[in-house]
Amino acid sequence: MFGKKAKSRVIILILSLIISGLIIFLILRSLKENVVYFFSPSEIINKSEISLSKKIRVGGLVKINSIQKKENNLTFIITDLKNEIIVTYEGLVPNLFSEGKGVVAEGNLKDKKYFIAHKILAKHDENYMPPEVEKILEKSN
Amino acid sequence: MSFIIFFGIIYSLFISPPDYIQGDSVRIMYVHVPSSFLALGIFATIGVSSILNLTLKIKIMPLIGKSLAPIGITFTLISIITGSLWGKPTWGIWWVWDARLTSMLILFFFYLFYIVIWKYFKNFEKANKFSSITSIIGLFNLPIIKYSVNWWNTLHQPSSITLTSPPTIHYSMLIPLSIMFIGMIFYSLIIFLMRYKTELIKFKLYHKKNK
Repeated sequence: MFGKKAKSRVIILILSLIISGLIIFLILRSLKENVVYFFSPSEIINKSEISLSKKIRVGGLVKINSIQKKENNLTFIITDLKNEIIVTYEGLVPNLFSEGKGVVAEGNLKDKKYFIAHKILAKHDENYMPPEVEKILEKSN
Repeated sequence: MSFIIFFGIIYSLFISPPDYIQGDSVRIMYVHVPSSFLALGIFATIGVSSILNLTLKIKIMPLIGKSLAPIGITFTLISIITGSLWGKPTWGIWWVWDARLTSMLILFFFYLFYIVIWKYFKNFEKANKFSSITSIIGLFNLPIIKYSVNWWNTLHQPSSITLTSPPTIHYSMLIPLSIMFIGMIFYSLIIFLMRYKTELIKFKLYHKKNK
């Protein structure tokens, strides 16, 4: 179908695409620790070495009935439904921060079960619907 | 065409319902999602045309890429800016260095690089070669952007519309979103055809001059 020259160019291109694809795959795999934006409570518990001075992020769901407010001080539990971590925080939280919803906390670990947050970000999921539909769904549940 | 976008904007801003947790800020989605889709789609087209260009030497391929790039970079910028406007009220922050946002920024730089090469090299063949190679390398970034939200923990939520499962957006929001999609795709096509015509005339003039 193609000329000889075109054929050799196609082969060279395919080969270089495969090789560079592999290289990028390996780089990303080795960078995994840096690419992830936050760790789940289970990942923190399973980590062998953990630095308490380094700033890290923990993410998961805010456990239902876990938010406790004392003036400006906020304590709540982040769960990934397997493991939990207690978080304390002082300051304002985003509007979407609420129980049962996603959250990412940035700060330092005190130990594997206790986290001091400096920043709270709300993480929302991929479900979008009008409020009325949500009410109907809630009723049927 | 402009009617579709106009109608889509009216629909998404006034007729469509607010979201059950996000409220009215969900309306940014109607611009953000189609722009991001087009930013990726246009880069994929440039990449494929560059592959055909380098291997089969089809003469019109570089002109396609050259005419598409400014449209793509515009949508990338719109996507990043609307995304950051959306991030502030929902996440509580304008920008985070998570995998999705960072890889989108890298896409912007690939577009920028591609365009700058065309501007910088006065020799058509040279510009053609370097820009094609740039866009082919940039192709690897596309699956990274697309799947970043599934492969790694990101602040950005996963896709609501996928090929494999039903969309997780309620149909009353899906309708204006689809209208915006169609409108913006047509808009890109029209701008592309206009730019392509200009590039074709420029190309012919260039070859006349260099004979």
